[in-house]
Amino acid sequence: MAILEKHKAIETHATLLLVLSFLVVTIGGLVQIVPLFYLENTIENVEGMRPYTPLELAGRDIYLREGCYVCHSQMIRPMRDEVERYGHYSLAAESQYDHPFQWGSKRTGPDLARVGNRYSDDWHVDHLTDPQSVVPESVMPKYGYMADTLIDGRYIQDIMKTHRMVGVPYSDAMIENAVADFKAQSDPNADTAGLEERYGKVNLRNFDAAPGISEMDALIAYLQVLGTMVDFSTYTPVASR
Amino acid sequence: MSERNLTRKPGEVETTGHEWDGIEELNNPLPRWWLWTFYATIFWGLIYTILFPAWPLISGATPGLLGFSTRARVATEIARVETANAPMRDRLVAADLGAIKDDPELLQFATSAGAAVFRTNCSQCHGSGAAGVQASGYPNLLDDDWIWGGTMEDIHTTIAHGIRNTTDDQARYSQMPAFGVDGLLEEPQIDAVVQHVLAISGQEHDAALAAEGATVFAENCAACHTEAGTGDRALGAPNLTDAIWLYGGTAADLTYTVTNSRFGVMPNWNTRLSEADIRAVALYVHGLGGGE
Repeated sequence: MAILEKHKAIETHATLLLVLSFLVVTIGGLVQIVPLFYLENTIENVEGMRPYTPLELAGRDIYLREGCYVCHSQMIRPMRDEVERYGHYSLAAESQYDHPFQWGSKRTGPDLARVGNRYSDDWHVDHLTDPQSVVPESVMPKYGYMADTLIDGRYIQDIMKTHRMVGVPYSDAMIENAVADFKAQSDPNADTAGLEERYGKVNLRNFDAAPGISEMDALIAYLQVLGTMVDFSTYTPVASR
Repeated sequence: MSERNLTRKPGEVETTGHEWDGIEELNNPLPRWWLWTFYATIFWGLIYTILFPAWPLISGATPGLLGFSTRARVATEIARVETANAPMRDRLVAADLGAIKDDPELLQFATSAGAAVFRTNCSQCHGSGAAGVQASGYPNLLDDDWIWGGTMEDIHTTIAHGIRNTTDDQARYSQMPAFGVDGLLEEPQIDAVVQHVLAISGQEHDAALAAEGATVFAENCAACHTEAGTGDRALGAPNLTDAIWLYGGTAADLTYTVTNSRFGVMPNWNTRLSEADIRAVALYVHGLGGGE
């Protein structure tokens, strides 16, 4: 075939092959990726989603640091068995303030997308300290040292600024009050009016029941908010999304 | 396959014209079956994009001729199973809580459904065998000691609304004062009342201290735990005389409890589980041995 003979010209010129391959991959990439940024049905806005509070964000960083995502996914797939076990399937919007998202790719442990409010804070402390004490079958390592590591939120403002840079809508007030909000959330005696005004529905309590703000407080604050922001009693899924 | 070509005489197979040190690059045609499979996959790819959502356009993507949607599929799948179970689930929800066990068919359905719900949602705290975690605040559901009551109604309420959580206004609630931390009792008084509790629960104790503790108990604890220490389910005050302990019954455990109080939390399940599921798991727990 004549066209294949012409193709030979490309195959025998490395530079031309490289340039044209690049062009083809670019077009393919643009067609697949660019529409995701403007198509209405890929960027569903869901009521209830809010950026993480400073303490939750600190907990999220601990979640990343410890590599929790290696064994735990945060993505309930739209399949009946998963919905029955974990709750409503995950919505894209529920990861919209996650940079990077924590969907994960492997479940050695259970999915955590809706772990918030599923267990008591005490259970989380017991379970993180010694998972086998509550779930004898578990192969999860122990993370008791988190209770001993106190954190003061000295970097939280910078972390929030970074998240704002990549699109999380932290307001100036949120950034300004980052450290105060960080300290207020787990302090039962703190004035939390400002924190609640800025973020809305926030879990306010001493998560690890121990004095001071430890990594345990931050991680449990993060875990207890996972999957709880959207009220699924009022959410109606649109089938086309 | 390359061997076959090597045995051919030069000129029988086309070469690419490349030659290095007398070694020529053969230009064998691709196997025909492979080539046609390749063309078929391209063709199938095109059909696939017509049948399923694929091509992005200005305001949306092509929906595909089959109208496939992941969300619709899972909704259909859930509806299919729910419809299949509907007659039994409706009967379960309509039944009088106390009467479920008298309907053998319903009992069998609810017990197996309840067992599945329990293993998925309850076993993490109460253990896969429902024996709880001894002395750690995770109650054993196999015995007949109930803090909030062991009838079907009681268990149903506890599961639906939970205990001391912040997410359900109707959650069961009780709070024992932290007698030591809040300075309500002095340390010697706590030691004495602990000895009294050891005494009424039939454990080894210091009789003199226990007698002293009886007064402390009457003044501070009896209002909820009753004078005899048998507890009051309406207040969620545990029976202290039965040697069954949620947080341990040794002198050290009791001292910690009196000093710091305990505040075990159970989530409400009415937002996660359906009424039928809650009834099923209540029946399962009721049937574990201690149901009243």
